[in-house]
Amino acid sequence: MPLLAKARSFFRNLFSFDRRDSDLDQEIRSHLELLIEENIRAGMPPGEAQRAARIELGGSEQVKEQVREARMGNWLHSVAADCRYGLRQLRKNPGFTAVAIVTLAVAIGANAVVFSVLNALILHPLNMPDAESLYGIQHGNEASSYQSYPDYLDLRDRNHSFDGLAAYNAAQAGLDTGENPSRVWLYEVSGNYFDVLGIHPYLGRVFHDSDEHGANSAPYIVLSYAYWHTRFQDDRSVMGHTVQLNKHPFTIVGVAPPEFHGTLVFFNPDFFVPIVNQEQVESENFLTARGKRWVFMTMGHLKAGVTAAQAIADLNSIGSYLEKTYPKDDDQRTFTLARPGLYGDYLGKPMRAFMTGLMLLAGLILLAACANLGSLFAARAADRSREVALRLALGASRTRVLRQLFTEALLLSLLGGAVGLFGSRMLLSGLSVWQPFSKWPVHVPVNPDANVYALALLLTLASGLLFGAVPVRQVLHTDPYEIVKSGSLARVGRRITVRDLLIAVQIAICAVLVTSSMVAVRGLHRSLHSNFGFEPRNVMLVDTELSMADYRGDTVPRMQNRIIDAVEKIAGVESVGLVDAAPLVAGGYNGSLAFTDDSTDLRSSNAAADAFKFSISPEYFHAASTALLSGRTFTWYDDKDSPRVAVVNQEFARKMFGSVTNAVGGYYKMPNGTRVQVVGMVQDGKYRSLTEDPEPAMFLPILQSPSSQTYLAVRSDRDPGQLVAAIRSAVRDLDASLPLYIEPWNKELDSALFPSRVAAMALGVLGIMGAMLSITGIFGMAAYSVSKRLKELGIRMALGAQRKEVLQAALGRAFKLLAFGSFVGLLLGILASRVLSFIVYQATPRDPLVLTGVVLAMASLGLLATWIPARRALSIDPAILLRDE
Amino acid sequence: MKPEQTALLQGTLDMLILKSLLAGELHGLGVSRRIQQLTGGTFSVKPGSLFPALHRIEEEGWISAFWGDSENNRRAKYYRLTKAGRKQLEGETQKWARISSAIARALEAS
Repeated sequence: MPLLAKARSFFRNLFSFDRRDSDLDQEIRSHLELLIEENIRAGMPPGEAQRAARIELGGSEQVKEQVREARMGNWLHSVAADCRYGLRQLRKNPGFTAVAIVTLAVAIGANAVVFSVLNALILHPLNMPDAESLYGIQHGNEASSYQSYPDYLDLRDRNHSFDGLAAYNAAQAGLDTGENPSRVWLYEVSGNYFDVLGIHPYLGRVFHDSDEHGANSAPYIVLSYAYWHTRFQDDRSVMGHTVQLNKHPFTIVGVAPPEFHGTLVFFNPDFFVPIVNQEQVESENFLTARGKRWVFMTMGHLKAGVTAAQAIADLNSIGSYLEKTYPKDDDQRTFTLARPGLYGDYLGKPMRAFMTGLMLLAGLILLAACANLGSLFAARAADRSREVALRLALGASRTRVLRQLFTEALLLSLLGGAVGLFGSRMLLSGLSVWQPFSKWPVHVPVNPDANVYALALLLTLASGLLFGAVPVRQVLHTDPYEIVKSGSLARVGRRITVRDLLIAVQIAICAVLVTSSMVAVRGLHRSLHSNFGFEPRNVMLVDTELSMADYRGDTVPRMQNRIIDAVEKIAGVESVGLVDAAPLVAGGYNGSLAFTDDSTDLRSSNAAADAFKFSISPEYFHAASTALLSGRTFTWYDDKDSPRVAVVNQEFARKMFGSVTNAVGGYYKMPNGTRVQVVGMVQDGKYRSLTEDPEPAMFLPILQSPSSQTYLAVRSDRDPGQLVAAIRSAVRDLDASLPLYIEPWNKELDSALFPSRVAAMALGVLGIMGAMLSITGIFGMAAYSVSKRLKELGIRMALGAQRKEVLQAALGRAFKLLAFGSFVGLLLGILASRVLSFIVYQATPRDPLVLTGVVLAMASLGLLATWIPARRALSIDPAILLRDE
Repeated sequence: MKPEQTALLQGTLDMLILKSLLAGELHGLGVSRRIQQLTGGTFSVKPGSLFPALHRIEEEGWISAFWGDSENNRRAKYYRLTKAGRKQLEGETQKWARISSAIARALEAS
């Protein structure tokens, strides 16, 4: 029977009970009809004939049931026998079994992990009622969603497409419940937010439209369930309590349900406050500023029957109304719809692309694993060809033999899948509680659900059938008499097979991954020791926001001064510098355009530089160890009554003045026309990310460019723990309600290093997987070729071949493939590193350490994989072998 | 006149089915009639035991089934002996011959 038909009958037997049942039905019916026909031919009248036939049949249902029982019993019996036999075989070959299970576990585990993340973040991102019809409004011309509050109100009130349009903004504030003032993350939400989303309170109540009566009219808090649990220990009596939020009294009115974590997938707020109280949270009122786009996201459910295209047209007509009515503030108001959970396309698009890529990669890994296990299986089938032949000769049907092989394959894949799923569960639960940034409420909520388990099971079965199918042809073509007579398949193919190609490709991929992970690790190592333009070691960063304790206007610099003085007095503190946004610490950065002094038309297209803008205290450069190259730094006399001055970096000087030499003493203009004199120049540095090109930066005196956002860089070689306690108590003496966040600057760099860390880690994991796959691939092939050529090798040895020659004959091809694959992979890896250099700082493959590392890694892979087959080839005793044949 | 019917010995039904198919492919009723004919009417196999046996034997791979048309152009499921089935029948026949002659001898001895 041809291969295809065999396979088909096998699958039919395994799966199609239904088909078989209807088949049986027909068979019984036709039997009855034949009986009737027979009776009629024997001369019975039709009615009588039918009756007699039915009596003879004796109840078609009973017959069918009996048949089913017979079949099922038989099937179960033989499956159980197959399983027992298969397990015994697996136990007899622990090495093979272990390799197979580990390979499968890794491959299936990788798929389960990637799919879980995909499933949780992309397939159904927001866990709330009717999430499918929930859309966020995004700008038409860019992947961003910020709106001004007046624009939001117009969109909300003028659209005809949404059942209701809610808005929210994420913000940070200081919360004082009577003890331990702390920084919290909250959502400022429109009054209809919970109603639009269909969220009902777990406890107390949520906000409604009716709560909004103008600015600061609704000082209420709805806690998230998690925050209520951790901060208030599930205490129901906090309902109705008043707490201080940025020193303003707010009343806790409710708790959100446990499954609701806000509307940005991995950003869970501590609680919700009405957006009309925005001023009290952010200490500046943006509610009436039409040009100020700060509302993070607006979203709502489309009305029944309204398509996305109709809604977009509707929104755009509101947009052109806004453009016409408010030409000064609203230009280019076009809109599109996007999924709100990942902040529209801003995160959604790259995430989707990234996850799709990862999923593809994981799929490839599984395929490669199946291919390798297939060749391992083929090698084993070749070894067992005698056993198979014997069974065939003794009368076993080929289906039966094949089913035995498939049972073994499925057993293996189920074991591997179970181990893989277990591992991925551990990894995922770790990932779910992991908070990559201690400062931000960022979570990766990826607990596997039924979808994940279903997929894992499906992949497991599919891969079992896939690699189980590899030796099928071999078994079908087994001629029992020939094999029993002659001992082994003597012919050895010389041409390049698909299997060879596959292994070469795998080795190449492995080499790419090994190369890239080494490049990434080296880059990471280098970036930790590179020049940032400041020295983060031995510096403690104290992060606070004075507006959280309701400082504003002139009280801000006064308080900052007092804090600096207090911290400077702590024993062991070398210097204390203040900056409004510490470089390389995730958070908001300020930027400003800068114009040459002779510019009169201050349009943004005429700007000479788009520079980072830092407000600093005089001591900052000293505390940060930023080298002053020429000129002077600031003094406390550079205040708002004295001429405007700035210190710039070299890149700024180059952009603004053409060279670094004549910058000091020169003037430039801010966008509002203020002339600023450059009084000093410092070295270039990294400000936002480690991989950025040199960026222009200007440093302004804190008194001339005040900011309530405060970072203190405290340089000291004291023990960090003691230092933190000392700083805390010094600041608490000044104002106990000021929330502080203190961490070493080094640690704060984590967020800047996060992408390269993740890249290095991911590549490392993939590299290890690739290496494992290559090992099993090469091992399978080498073992196969040695076992197939045992006889030939034996003859060679008998004729006096040296060990080296035997090895070359046995493993030459494996090594050739290894060398070829590694070379191609190394080349590709070097090319891929260019891409990598966008993520990892200073990733370069032109590094002798990387090159030798890759070559060594690949060589040791080859050695490891061919060790056992080589030992086997060398241990051939020609005398025994030839006598045996 | 109804022939005297005897209960079949365990395992012999399979053998009889294989034997009935030796001459050529048959559908279920055909098998049943053929057995009746072969045993001179001693054994009449009821569908309740015939079909489970047919399907079990098919599972074993001794016979294979296919759909065909009967003499009167009615669709019916036919069974035919496979190579393995032929081999099985040979083995069973020899075994049966040994057993029956042994039992006969035992019973005849007095």
